[in-house]
Amino acid sequence: MTTMRGKAWKFGDNISTDHIAPGRLFHLRSNLPELAKHVLEDARPEFASSMAPRDFVVGGGNFGLGSSREHAPTIIKIAGVSAVLAKSFARIFFRNCINVGLPAIICDTDKIDEGDELEVDLSQGKVINHTKKIELSFPPLPPVMTRILQEGGLANYIQNYGDFKLE
Amino acid sequence: MGKTLAEKIIGEHVGREVIAGEIAVTPVDVCLVQDGTGPLAINQLRKINLERAASPQSTVLFIDHASPSPRKELSNDHNTLRQFARKTGCHVSEVGDGVCHQVINECYVKPGDIVIGADSHTCTSGALGALGTGMGSTDVAIGIALGKTWLRVPESYRIVVHGHFQPGVYAKDLILHIIGMIGADGATYKSMEFCGETVENMGMTERLTLSNMAVEAGAKCGLIFADEKTRAFLIEHGRGDSYRELRVDEDATYERTFEIDASKILPTISFPHTVDNTRTIEDKDCRSVKIDQVYIGTCTNGRLEDLRIAAQILKGKRRHSDTRLIVVPASRRIYQQALEDGILAILNEAGAAILSPGCGPCVGIHQGILGDGEACLSTQNRNFKGRMGNPNAFIYLASPATAAATAIKGRLADPREVIG
Repeated sequence: MTTMRGKAWKFGDNISTDHIAPGRLFHLRSNLPELAKHVLEDARPEFASSMAPRDFVVGGGNFGLGSSREHAPTIIKIAGVSAVLAKSFARIFFRNCINVGLPAIICDTDKIDEGDELEVDLSQGKVINHTKKIELSFPPLPPVMTRILQEGGLANYIQNYGDFKLE
Repeated sequence: MGKTLAEKIIGEHVGREVIAGEIAVTPVDVCLVQDGTGPLAINQLRKINLERAASPQSTVLFIDHASPSPRKELSNDHNTLRQFARKTGCHVSEVGDGVCHQVINECYVKPGDIVIGADSHTCTSGALGALGTGMGSTDVAIGIALGKTWLRVPESYRIVVHGHFQPGVYAKDLILHIIGMIGADGATYKSMEFCGETVENMGMTERLTLSNMAVEAGAKCGLIFADEKTRAFLIEHGRGDSYRELRVDEDATYERTFEIDASKILPTISFPHTVDNTRTIEDKDCRSVKIDQVYIGTCTNGRLEDLRIAAQILKGKRRHSDTRLIVVPASRRIYQQALEDGILAILNEAGAAILSPGCGPCVGIHQGILGDGEACLSTQNRNFKGRMGNPNAFIYLASPATAAATAIKGRLADPREVIG
Protein backbone atom coordinates (compact mmCIF):
# COMPACT_ATOMS: atom_id res chain seq x y z
CA MET A 1 0.00 0.00 0.00
CA THR A 2 2.97 2.33 0.49
CA THR A 3 3.93 2.29 -3.21
CA MET A 4 1.33 2.92 -5.89
CA ARG A 5 1.65 3.24 -9.64
CA GLY A 6 -0.77 4.57 -12.25
CA LYS A 7 -1.65 7.26 -14.73
CA ALA A 8 -2.44 10.93 -13.97
CA TRP A 9 -5.85 12.47 -14.63
CA LYS A 10 -5.52 16.23 -14.47
CA PHE A 11 -8.10 18.57 -12.98
CA GLY A 12 -7.92 22.33 -12.47
CA ASP A 13 -8.08 24.60 -9.45
CA ASN A 14 -11.06 24.74 -7.08
CA ILE A 15 -12.52 21.32 -7.81
CA SER A 16 -15.47 21.34 -5.40
CA THR A 17 -17.31 18.50 -3.72
CA ASP A 18 -20.17 19.41 -6.05
CA HIS A 19 -17.94 18.49 -8.99
CA ILE A 20 -17.06 15.22 -7.27
CA ALA A 21 -20.40 14.15 -5.80
CA PRO A 22 -23.14 16.56 -6.91
CA GLY A 23 -26.26 17.37 -4.91
CA ARG A 24 -28.51 16.25 -7.75
CA LEU A 25 -27.33 12.70 -6.95
CA PHE A 26 -28.08 13.13 -3.24
CA HIS A 27 -30.45 10.16 -3.35
CA LEU A 28 -27.52 7.85 -4.18
CA ARG A 29 -25.59 8.68 -1.02
CA SER A 30 -26.68 5.46 0.64
CA ASN A 31 -25.72 3.53 -2.52
CA LEU A 32 -22.05 4.46 -2.79
CA PRO A 33 -21.06 1.96 -5.55
CA GLU A 34 -23.74 3.53 -7.76
CA LEU A 35 -22.72 7.08 -6.80
CA ALA A 36 -19.09 6.16 -7.61
CA LYS A 37 -20.10 5.61 -11.25
CA HIS A 38 -20.62 9.41 -11.37
CA VAL A 39 -17.44 10.43 -9.57
CA LEU A 40 -16.12 13.83 -10.72
CA GLU A 41 -18.78 13.83 -13.41
CA ASP A 42 -19.35 17.59 -13.35
CA ALA A 43 -15.62 18.28 -13.81
CA ARG A 44 -14.83 15.60 -16.43
CA PRO A 45 -17.85 13.57 -17.53
CA GLU A 46 -15.69 10.86 -19.13
CA PHE A 47 -13.53 10.27 -16.06
CA ALA A 48 -15.50 7.57 -14.23
CA SER A 49 -15.93 5.38 -17.29
CA SER A 50 -12.42 5.89 -18.71
CA MET A 51 -10.09 5.71 -15.69
CA ALA A 52 -8.29 2.52 -14.80
CA PRO A 53 -7.99 1.17 -11.28
CA ARG A 54 -4.93 2.59 -9.49
CA ASP A 55 -4.87 5.81 -11.53
CA PHE A 56 -4.34 9.14 -9.79
CA VAL A 57 -6.54 12.21 -9.55
CA VAL A 58 -4.26 15.24 -9.90
CA GLY A 59 -5.76 18.61 -9.02
CA GLY A 60 -4.54 22.18 -8.81
CA GLY A 61 -5.09 24.47 -5.84
CA ASN A 62 -7.81 24.19 -3.17
CA PHE A 63 -8.93 20.72 -4.21
CA GLY A 64 -12.15 19.52 -2.57
CA LEU A 65 -13.52 22.83 -1.44
CA GLY A 66 -17.09 23.11 -0.27
CA SER A 67 -19.30 20.66 1.50
CA SER A 68 -18.24 18.30 4.29
CA ARG A 69 -19.68 15.34 2.35
CA GLU A 70 -17.37 12.42 3.05
CA HIS A 71 -19.08 10.70 0.15
CA ALA A 72 -16.76 12.71 -2.15
CA PRO A 73 -13.43 11.08 -1.17
CA THR A 74 -15.24 7.80 -0.50
CA ILE A 75 -16.42 7.47 -4.11
CA ILE A 76 -13.01 8.51 -5.43
CA LYS A 77 -11.63 5.57 -3.45
CA ILE A 78 -14.42 3.17 -4.47
CA ALA A 79 -13.76 4.08 -8.12
CA GLY A 80 -10.26 2.64 -7.62
CA VAL A 81 -8.18 5.82 -7.50
CA SER A 82 -4.89 5.24 -5.62
CA ALA A 83 -4.44 8.77 -4.30
CA VAL A 84 -5.37 12.39 -4.88
CA LEU A 85 -2.50 14.81 -5.54
CA ALA A 86 -2.94 18.58 -5.44
CA LYS A 87 -1.06 21.80 -4.79
CA SER A 88 -3.37 22.41 -1.84
CA PHE A 89 -6.50 20.90 -0.36
CA ALA A 90 -9.57 22.33 1.35
CA ARG A 91 -9.41 21.45 5.03
CA ILE A 92 -12.46 19.21 5.47
CA PHE A 93 -11.83 17.27 2.27
CA PHE A 94 -8.21 16.59 3.24
CA ARG A 95 -9.24 15.26 6.63
CA ASN A 96 -12.01 13.19 5.06
CA CYS A 97 -9.57 11.60 2.59
CA ILE A 98 -7.44 10.30 5.44
CA ASN A 99 -10.55 9.24 7.36
CA VAL A 100 -11.68 7.03 4.48
CA GLY A 101 -8.17 5.69 3.83
CA LEU A 102 -7.49 7.64 0.63
CA PRO A 103 -4.00 9.20 0.50
CA ALA A 104 -4.12 12.96 -0.15
CA ILE A 105 -0.75 14.28 -1.27
CA ILE A 106 0.36 17.90 -1.35
CA CYS A 107 2.95 18.46 -4.08
CA ASP A 108 3.72 20.68 -7.07
CA THR A 109 1.21 19.29 -9.54
CA ASP A 110 2.28 21.81 -12.20
CA LYS A 111 5.03 19.27 -12.86
CA ILE A 112 2.51 16.58 -13.76
CA ASP A 113 0.60 16.47 -17.03
CA GLU A 114 -2.40 14.48 -18.17
CA GLY A 115 -1.48 10.84 -18.74
CA ASP A 116 1.91 10.97 -17.00
CA GLU A 117 2.94 7.69 -15.43
CA LEU A 118 3.32 8.25 -11.68
CA GLU A 119 4.66 6.24 -8.80
CA VAL A 120 3.88 7.38 -5.27
CA ASP A 121 5.87 6.17 -2.28
CA LEU A 122 4.02 7.14 0.89
CA SER A 123 6.70 6.05 3.33
CA GLN A 124 9.44 7.98 1.50
CA GLY A 125 7.21 10.99 0.83
CA LYS A 126 7.95 11.10 -2.87
CA VAL A 127 6.20 11.11 -6.22
CA ILE A 128 8.18 9.78 -9.18
CA ASN A 129 6.98 11.07 -12.53
CA HIS A 130 8.29 8.33 -14.82
CA THR A 131 7.12 10.13 -17.95
CA LYS A 132 9.08 13.29 -17.11
CA LYS A 133 11.79 11.47 -15.17
CA ILE A 134 11.51 13.78 -12.19
CA GLU A 135 10.88 13.28 -8.51
CA LEU A 136 8.61 15.41 -6.31
CA SER A 137 8.63 15.32 -2.53
CA PHE A 138 5.73 15.83 -0.16
CA PRO A 139 5.54 16.58 3.58
CA PRO A 140 4.69 13.82 6.06
CA LEU A 141 1.29 13.74 7.80
CA PRO A 142 1.00 14.34 11.54
CA PRO A 143 1.39 11.00 13.40
CA VAL A 144 -2.33 10.73 14.24
CA MET A 145 -3.24 10.99 10.54
CA THR A 146 -0.51 8.60 9.45
CA ARG A 147 -1.90 6.00 11.79
CA ILE A 148 -5.50 6.58 10.66
CA LEU A 149 -4.39 6.16 7.04
CA GLN A 150 -2.40 3.02 7.85
CA GLU A 151 -5.49 1.52 9.48
CA GLY A 152 -7.47 2.18 6.31
CA GLY A 153 -9.54 4.98 7.83
CA LEU A 154 -10.91 6.40 11.04
CA ALA A 155 -13.60 3.76 11.67
CA ASN A 156 -11.03 0.94 11.60
CA TYR A 157 -8.62 3.03 13.63
CA ILE A 158 -11.14 3.59 16.44
CA GLN A 159 -12.17 -0.06 16.29
CA ASN A 160 -8.55 -1.12 16.75
CA TYR A 161 -7.31 1.54 19.17
CA GLY A 162 -10.58 2.46 20.96
CA ASP A 163 -9.48 6.10 21.23
CA PHE A 164 -7.33 8.78 19.61
CA LYS A 165 -3.58 8.27 20.00
CA LEU A 166 -1.67 11.41 19.19
CA GLU A 167 1.88 10.04 19.11
CA MET B 1 0.74 34.98 26.75
CA GLY B 2 -2.45 36.35 25.22
CA LYS B 3 -4.82 33.93 23.56
CA THR B 4 -6.92 34.13 20.44
CA LEU B 5 -10.52 33.00 20.81
CA ALA B 6 -9.65 29.65 19.21
CA GLU B 7 -6.72 29.06 21.60
CA LYS B 8 -8.85 30.12 24.55
CA ILE B 9 -11.76 27.81 23.73
CA ILE B 10 -9.64 24.76 22.92
CA GLY B 11 -7.41 25.40 25.95
CA GLU B 12 -10.41 25.48 28.28
CA HIS B 13 -11.58 22.16 26.88
CA VAL B 14 -8.28 20.31 27.19
CA GLY B 15 -7.46 21.82 30.59
CA ARG B 16 -4.13 23.39 29.67
CA GLU B 17 -2.71 26.21 27.60
CA VAL B 18 -2.53 25.46 23.90
CA ILE B 19 -0.90 27.36 21.09
CA ALA B 20 -1.51 27.44 17.37
CA GLY B 21 -0.06 24.48 15.51
CA GLU B 22 -0.35 21.82 18.16
CA ILE B 23 -2.70 18.88 17.95
CA ALA B 24 -5.01 18.11 20.85
CA VAL B 25 -7.75 15.67 21.73
CA THR B 26 -10.70 17.67 23.03
CA PRO B 27 -14.14 16.97 24.42
CA VAL B 28 -16.97 18.30 22.27
CA ASP B 29 -20.11 20.00 23.59
CA VAL B 30 -22.54 19.77 20.68
CA CYS B 31 -22.62 17.40 17.69
CA LEU B 32 -24.81 17.61 14.63
CA VAL B 33 -25.39 15.67 11.47
CA GLN B 34 -27.94 16.26 8.74
CA ASP B 35 -29.86 14.03 6.37
CA GLY B 36 -27.10 14.14 3.74
CA THR B 37 -24.30 13.14 6.10
CA GLY B 38 -26.01 11.47 9.07
CA PRO B 39 -26.90 8.14 7.43
CA LEU B 40 -23.23 7.55 6.54
CA ALA B 41 -22.19 8.53 10.08
CA ILE B 42 -24.63 6.03 11.57
CA ASN B 43 -23.58 3.29 9.14
CA GLN B 44 -19.96 3.81 10.16
CA LEU B 45 -20.89 3.41 13.85
CA ARG B 46 -22.89 0.27 13.06
CA LYS B 47 -19.96 -1.16 11.16
CA ILE B 48 -17.70 -0.93 14.19
CA ASN B 49 -20.42 -1.80 16.69
CA LEU B 50 -20.33 1.60 18.37
CA GLU B 51 -23.92 2.70 17.89
CA ARG B 52 -24.19 5.02 20.87
CA ALA B 53 -24.04 8.68 21.91
CA ALA B 54 -21.84 10.05 24.70
CA SER B 55 -24.17 13.08 25.15
CA PRO B 56 -27.52 12.41 23.47
CA GLN B 57 -29.02 15.60 24.94
CA SER B 58 -26.60 17.70 22.87
CA THR B 59 -26.48 15.53 19.75
CA VAL B 60 -28.93 16.58 17.05
CA LEU B 61 -29.86 14.82 13.82
CA PHE B 62 -31.33 17.30 11.35
CA ILE B 63 -33.76 16.53 8.54
CA ASP B 64 -33.32 19.74 6.58
CA HIS B 65 -31.49 19.17 3.29
CA ALA B 66 -34.10 17.03 1.51
CA SER B 67 -37.05 18.05 3.58
CA PRO B 68 -39.86 17.15 3.06
CA SER B 69 -38.40 14.16 1.27
CA PRO B 70 -38.71 14.24 -2.53
CA ARG B 71 -37.71 10.56 -3.07
CA LYS B 72 -38.09 7.20 -1.41
CA GLU B 73 -34.32 6.70 -1.05
CA LEU B 74 -34.13 9.89 1.00
CA SER B 75 -37.22 8.95 3.02
CA ASN B 76 -35.37 5.78 3.99
CA ASP B 77 -32.30 7.84 4.94
CA HIS B 78 -34.52 9.98 7.15
CA ASN B 79 -35.75 6.84 8.87
CA THR B 80 -32.15 5.79 9.53
CA LEU B 81 -31.74 9.01 11.52
CA ARG B 82 -35.02 8.51 13.40
CA GLN B 83 -34.11 4.93 14.31
CA PHE B 84 -30.71 5.99 15.63
CA ALA B 85 -32.37 8.71 17.72
CA ARG B 86 -34.83 6.22 19.20
CA LYS B 87 -32.00 3.88 20.08
CA THR B 88 -29.63 6.46 21.58
CA GLY B 89 -31.84 9.28 22.87
CA CYS B 90 -30.40 11.89 20.48
CA HIS B 91 -32.72 14.62 19.24
CA VAL B 92 -34.24 14.68 15.77
CA SER B 93 -35.00 18.06 14.22
CA GLU B 94 -37.90 17.14 11.97
CA VAL B 95 -39.26 18.20 8.60
CA GLY B 96 -40.25 21.85 8.87
CA ASP B 97 -38.18 22.63 11.97
CA GLY B 98 -35.50 24.43 9.98
CA VAL B 99 -31.88 24.51 8.81
CA CYS B 100 -29.40 22.87 11.18
CA HIS B 101 -27.17 25.95 11.54
CA GLN B 102 -30.10 28.13 12.57
CA VAL B 103 -31.78 25.69 14.94
CA ILE B 104 -28.54 24.54 16.61
CA ASN B 105 -27.76 28.15 17.54
CA GLU B 106 -31.31 28.98 18.61
CA CYS B 107 -31.57 25.94 20.89
CA TYR B 108 -28.24 24.30 21.80
CA VAL B 109 -24.98 26.23 21.39
CA LYS B 110 -23.51 28.52 24.06
CA PRO B 111 -20.44 30.77 24.09
CA GLY B 112 -17.19 28.87 24.61
CA ASP B 113 -18.56 25.57 23.28
CA ILE B 114 -16.86 23.30 20.78
CA VAL B 115 -19.39 22.24 18.16
CA ILE B 116 -18.63 19.65 15.50
CA GLY B 117 -21.00 19.05 12.65
CA ALA B 118 -21.09 16.91 9.54
CA ASP B 119 -21.84 20.01 7.51
CA SER B 120 -19.27 22.53 6.38
CA HIS B 121 -21.28 25.51 7.62
CA THR B 122 -21.09 24.37 11.24
CA CYS B 123 -18.73 27.35 11.54
CA THR B 124 -21.94 29.45 11.85
CA SER B 125 -21.79 28.87 15.63
CA GLY B 126 -18.75 31.13 15.74
CA ALA B 127 -21.22 34.01 15.89
CA LEU B 128 -22.05 32.98 19.46
CA GLY B 129 -18.41 32.71 20.46
CA ALA B 130 -18.42 28.94 19.98
CA LEU B 131 -15.79 27.07 18.02
CA GLY B 132 -18.00 25.38 15.45
CA THR B 133 -16.30 23.45 12.70
CA GLY B 134 -17.38 21.19 9.87
CA MET B 135 -16.08 17.65 9.56
CA GLY B 136 -16.98 14.51 7.67
CA SER B 137 -19.47 11.86 8.67
CA THR B 138 -16.97 9.51 10.32
CA ASP B 139 -15.28 12.25 12.34
CA VAL B 140 -18.63 13.40 13.70
CA ALA B 141 -19.81 9.82 14.21
CA ILE B 142 -16.80 9.18 16.46
CA GLY B 143 -17.44 12.53 18.17
CA ILE B 144 -21.02 11.48 18.87
CA ALA B 145 -20.02 8.06 20.19
CA LEU B 146 -16.97 9.04 22.26
CA GLY B 147 -17.77 12.69 23.07
CA LYS B 148 -14.42 13.89 21.75
CA THR B 149 -12.39 14.61 18.65
CA TRP B 150 -8.88 15.62 17.67
CA LEU B 151 -8.08 19.10 16.45
CA ARG B 152 -5.12 21.06 15.25
CA VAL B 153 -5.15 24.40 17.11
CA PRO B 154 -5.49 26.85 14.22
CA GLU B 155 -3.50 29.98 13.58
CA SER B 156 -5.80 32.99 13.51
CA TYR B 157 -6.54 35.84 11.15
CA ARG B 158 -8.03 38.94 12.71
CA ILE B 159 -10.57 40.80 10.59
CA VAL B 160 -11.09 44.28 12.05
CA VAL B 161 -14.05 46.19 10.64
CA HIS B 162 -14.57 49.89 11.33
CA GLY B 163 -17.29 52.38 10.40
CA HIS B 164 -20.88 52.18 9.27
CA PHE B 165 -22.39 50.53 6.22
CA GLN B 166 -24.01 52.72 3.59
CA PRO B 167 -27.79 52.22 3.24
CA GLY B 168 -28.41 49.07 1.20
CA VAL B 169 -25.19 47.39 2.38
CA TYR B 170 -25.20 44.53 4.87
CA ALA B 171 -23.06 41.90 6.57
CA LYS B 172 -23.49 39.67 3.50
CA ASP B 173 -21.83 42.29 1.31
CA LEU B 174 -19.00 42.54 3.84
CA ILE B 175 -18.30 38.82 3.94
CA LEU B 176 -18.50 38.50 0.15
CA HIS B 177 -16.08 41.43 -0.06
CA ILE B 178 -13.69 39.73 2.38
CA ILE B 179 -13.78 36.41 0.50
CA GLY B 180 -13.28 38.23 -2.80
CA MET B 181 -10.27 39.97 -1.26
CA ILE B 182 -8.51 36.97 0.32
CA GLY B 183 -9.77 34.21 -2.00
CA ALA B 184 -11.67 30.95 -1.60
CA ASP B 185 -8.57 29.42 0.01
CA GLY B 186 -7.33 32.64 1.63
CA ALA B 187 -7.88 31.38 5.17
CA THR B 188 -7.50 27.62 4.72
CA TYR B 189 -6.98 25.89 8.11
CA LYS B 190 -7.17 29.26 9.91
CA SER B 191 -9.52 30.64 12.50
CA MET B 192 -11.04 33.87 11.19
CA GLU B 193 -11.82 36.16 14.11
CA PHE B 194 -14.07 39.13 13.39
CA CYS B 195 -13.90 42.26 15.55
CA GLY B 196 -14.05 46.06 15.44
CA GLU B 197 -16.86 48.54 16.05
CA THR B 198 -18.88 47.43 13.02
CA VAL B 199 -19.03 43.88 14.36
CA GLU B 200 -19.71 45.15 17.91
CA ASN B 201 -22.71 47.03 16.53
CA MET B 202 -24.07 44.07 14.59
CA GLY B 203 -26.98 42.05 15.90
CA MET B 204 -26.84 38.27 15.87
CA THR B 205 -28.57 38.04 12.49
CA GLU B 206 -25.62 39.74 10.82
CA ARG B 207 -22.97 38.02 12.93
CA LEU B 208 -24.40 34.62 11.98
CA THR B 209 -24.08 35.59 8.30
CA LEU B 210 -20.40 36.50 8.78
CA SER B 211 -19.46 33.34 10.66
CA ASN B 212 -21.50 31.14 8.32
CA MET B 213 -19.31 32.02 5.36
CA ALA B 214 -15.88 31.66 7.02
CA VAL B 215 -15.57 28.23 5.40
CA GLU B 216 -15.95 29.86 1.97
CA ALA B 217 -12.48 31.32 2.55
CA GLY B 218 -11.31 27.85 3.65
CA ALA B 219 -11.34 28.67 7.37
CA LYS B 220 -11.78 26.12 10.12
CA CYS B 221 -13.98 28.50 12.10
CA GLY B 222 -15.23 32.09 12.07
CA LEU B 223 -15.25 33.37 15.62
CA ILE B 224 -16.85 36.44 17.16
CA PHE B 225 -16.57 37.55 20.82
CA ALA B 226 -19.63 36.97 23.04
CA ASP B 227 -21.11 40.18 24.43
CA GLU B 228 -24.44 41.78 25.38
CA LYS B 229 -25.81 41.15 21.88
CA THR B 230 -25.07 37.47 22.35
CA ARG B 231 -26.76 37.56 25.75
CA ALA B 232 -29.86 39.23 24.25
CA PHE B 233 -30.05 36.50 21.58
CA LEU B 234 -29.83 33.75 24.20
CA ILE B 235 -32.45 35.43 26.41
CA GLU B 236 -34.75 35.80 23.40
CA HIS B 237 -34.44 32.05 22.87
CA GLY B 238 -35.07 31.22 26.53
CA ARG B 239 -31.43 30.39 27.27
CA GLY B 240 -30.16 33.49 29.07
CA ASP B 241 -28.47 31.37 31.73
CA SER B 242 -26.11 29.82 29.16
CA TYR B 243 -24.50 33.20 28.47
CA ARG B 244 -20.93 34.03 29.38
CA GLU B 245 -18.81 36.87 28.12
CA LEU B 246 -15.94 35.79 25.91
CA ARG B 247 -13.30 38.21 24.68
CA VAL B 248 -9.97 37.83 23.00
CA ASP B 249 -6.85 38.83 24.94
CA GLU B 250 -5.43 42.19 23.90
CA ASP B 251 -1.99 40.67 23.31
CA ALA B 252 -3.14 37.59 21.39
CA THR B 253 -0.95 36.55 18.47
CA TYR B 254 -2.52 36.76 15.03
CA GLU B 255 -0.82 35.47 11.92
CA ARG B 256 -2.41 38.25 9.87
CA THR B 257 -4.64 41.25 10.48
CA PHE B 258 -6.99 42.76 7.91
CA GLU B 259 -8.48 46.24 8.45
CA ILE B 260 -11.69 47.00 6.60
CA ASP B 261 -13.61 50.26 6.30
CA ALA B 262 -17.30 49.29 6.24
CA SER B 263 -18.33 52.63 4.73
CA LYS B 264 -16.43 51.75 1.55
CA ILE B 265 -18.24 48.45 0.96
CA LEU B 266 -20.77 48.43 -1.88
CA PRO B 267 -23.51 45.87 -2.57
CA THR B 268 -21.43 42.88 -3.63
CA ILE B 269 -22.21 39.87 -5.81
CA SER B 270 -20.37 36.57 -6.30
CA PHE B 271 -20.44 35.55 -9.93
CA PRO B 272 -20.45 31.92 -11.12
CA HIS B 273 -18.84 29.51 -10.24
CA THR B 274 -16.76 30.43 -7.18
CA VAL B 275 -17.61 32.52 -4.12
CA ASP B 276 -14.46 34.62 -4.45
CA ASN B 277 -15.42 35.71 -7.99
CA THR B 278 -16.93 38.95 -6.66
CA ARG B 279 -18.01 42.23 -8.26
CA THR B 280 -19.60 45.30 -6.75
CA ILE B 281 -23.02 46.11 -8.11
CA GLU B 282 -21.48 49.14 -9.88
CA ASP B 283 -19.23 46.91 -11.99
CA LYS B 284 -20.09 46.88 -15.68
CA ASP B 285 -20.40 43.06 -15.55
CA CYS B 286 -23.53 43.53 -13.44
CA ARG B 287 -25.41 45.38 -16.16
CA SER B 288 -28.10 43.44 -17.96
CA VAL B 289 -27.62 40.08 -16.23
CA LYS B 290 -31.03 38.48 -16.57
CA ILE B 291 -32.11 36.40 -13.58
CA ASP B 292 -34.65 33.57 -13.86
CA GLN B 293 -34.95 32.69 -10.19
CA VAL B 294 -34.35 34.56 -6.94
CA TYR B 295 -33.95 32.58 -3.73
CA ILE B 296 -34.14 34.28 -0.32
CA GLY B 297 -33.41 31.94 2.58
CA THR B 298 -30.76 29.47 3.88
CA CYS B 299 -28.47 29.33 6.91
CA THR B 300 -26.71 32.39 5.51
CA ASN B 301 -29.66 34.75 5.06
CA GLY B 302 -32.99 33.18 5.98
CA ARG B 303 -33.43 34.93 9.32
CA LEU B 304 -36.24 37.25 10.39
CA GLU B 305 -34.27 40.45 9.72
CA ASP B 306 -33.34 39.16 6.28
CA LEU B 307 -36.96 38.47 5.41
CA ARG B 308 -37.98 41.84 6.82
CA ILE B 309 -35.43 43.66 4.62
CA ALA B 310 -36.73 41.80 1.56
CA ALA B 311 -40.35 42.57 2.51
CA GLN B 312 -39.61 46.28 2.94
CA ILE B 313 -38.30 46.37 -0.62
CA LEU B 314 -41.04 44.16 -2.09
CA LYS B 315 -43.97 45.78 -0.23
CA GLY B 316 -46.66 46.79 -2.71
CA LYS B 317 -44.54 45.57 -5.63
CA ARG B 318 -44.48 42.40 -7.73
CA ARG B 319 -41.73 40.15 -8.81
CA HIS B 320 -40.76 40.57 -12.47
CA SER B 321 -42.98 38.44 -14.65
CA ASP B 322 -39.98 36.45 -15.94
CA THR B 323 -38.41 35.91 -12.52
CA ARG B 324 -39.50 33.31 -9.99
CA LEU B 325 -39.14 34.19 -6.31
CA ILE B 326 -38.64 31.49 -3.68
CA VAL B 327 -38.58 32.33 0.04
CA VAL B 328 -37.65 29.85 2.79
CA PRO B 329 -37.50 30.97 6.44
CA ALA B 330 -34.50 29.35 8.14
CA SER B 331 -36.45 27.94 11.11
CA ARG B 332 -39.96 27.28 12.38
CA ARG B 333 -39.52 30.06 14.92
CA ILE B 334 -38.58 32.54 12.19
CA TYR B 335 -41.48 31.33 10.03
CA GLN B 336 -43.86 31.94 12.93
CA GLN B 337 -42.51 35.43 13.64
CA ALA B 338 -42.58 36.35 9.95
CA LEU B 339 -46.20 35.19 9.83
CA GLU B 340 -47.15 37.23 12.88
CA ASP B 341 -45.32 40.32 11.66
CA GLY B 342 -47.07 40.23 8.28
CA ILE B 343 -43.77 39.71 6.45
CA LEU B 344 -44.91 36.53 4.72
CA ALA B 345 -48.12 38.21 3.58
CA ILE B 346 -46.11 40.96 1.89
CA LEU B 347 -43.82 38.44 0.21
CA ASN B 348 -46.76 36.32 -0.86
CA GLU B 349 -48.51 39.33 -2.40
CA ALA B 350 -45.26 40.13 -4.21
CA GLY B 351 -45.47 36.75 -5.93
CA ALA B 352 -43.12 34.65 -3.80
CA ALA B 353 -43.41 30.90 -3.41
CA ILE B 354 -42.96 30.49 0.35
CA LEU B 355 -41.75 27.03 1.39
CA SER B 356 -41.43 25.31 4.74
CA PRO B 357 -38.24 25.89 6.80
CA GLY B 358 -35.21 23.91 5.62
CA CYS B 359 -32.37 24.24 3.13
CA GLY B 360 -34.76 24.78 0.21
CA PRO B 361 -33.19 24.76 -3.26
CA CYS B 362 -29.65 25.64 -2.03
CA VAL B 363 -28.28 22.11 -2.22
CA GLY B 364 -29.73 21.13 -5.60
CA ILE B 365 -31.95 18.31 -4.41
CA HIS B 366 -35.43 19.79 -4.71
CA GLN B 367 -37.67 22.86 -4.43
CA GLY B 368 -36.27 24.94 -7.27
CA ILE B 369 -33.69 23.12 -9.42
CA LEU B 370 -32.49 25.33 -12.24
CA GLY B 371 -33.00 24.63 -15.93
CA ASP B 372 -30.23 24.51 -18.53
CA GLY B 373 -28.73 27.94 -19.07
CA GLU B 374 -30.76 29.53 -16.29
CA ALA B 375 -29.41 32.02 -13.77
CA CYS B 376 -30.33 32.26 -10.11
CA LEU B 377 -29.57 35.00 -7.64
CA SER B 378 -29.49 33.45 -4.18
CA THR B 379 -28.81 34.64 -0.65
CA GLN B 380 -27.05 31.32 0.04
CA ASN B 381 -23.33 30.87 0.65
CA ARG B 382 -22.12 28.83 -2.29
CA ASN B 383 -22.37 29.03 -6.09
CA PHE B 384 -20.29 26.11 -7.34
CA LYS B 385 -21.08 24.60 -10.69
CA GLY B 386 -23.96 22.18 -10.19
CA ARG B 387 -24.73 23.39 -6.68
CA MET B 388 -28.42 23.99 -7.38
CA GLY B 389 -28.93 20.72 -9.20
CA ASN B 390 -27.78 21.58 -12.71
CA PRO B 391 -24.16 21.97 -13.87
CA ASN B 392 -25.46 23.92 -16.87
CA ALA B 393 -26.90 26.71 -14.70
CA PHE B 394 -25.39 29.86 -13.16
CA ILE B 395 -25.58 31.00 -9.55
CA TYR B 396 -24.99 34.53 -8.25
CA LEU B 397 -24.76 35.26 -4.51
CA ALA B 398 -25.87 38.45 -2.79
CA SER B 399 -27.70 39.97 0.18
CA PRO B 400 -31.47 39.73 0.74
CA ALA B 401 -31.79 43.40 -0.28
CA THR B 402 -30.01 42.82 -3.59
CA ALA B 403 -32.10 39.68 -4.06
CA ALA B 404 -35.37 41.55 -3.50
CA ALA B 405 -34.36 44.37 -5.86
CA THR B 406 -33.37 41.78 -8.45
CA ALA B 407 -36.71 39.98 -8.13
CA ILE B 408 -38.48 43.23 -9.01
CA LYS B 409 -36.23 44.16 -11.91
CA GLY B 410 -35.71 40.68 -13.35
CA ARG B 411 -31.98 41.37 -13.66
CA LEU B 412 -29.13 41.98 -11.24
CA ALA B 413 -30.21 45.18 -9.49
CA ASP B 414 -28.80 47.67 -7.00
CA PRO B 415 -30.87 47.65 -3.80
CA ARG B 416 -30.07 51.34 -3.33
CA GLU B 417 -32.26 52.08 -6.35
CA VAL B 418 -35.34 50.61 -4.70
CA ILE B 419 -34.85 51.53 -1.04
CA GLY B 420 -37.22 54.42 -0.36
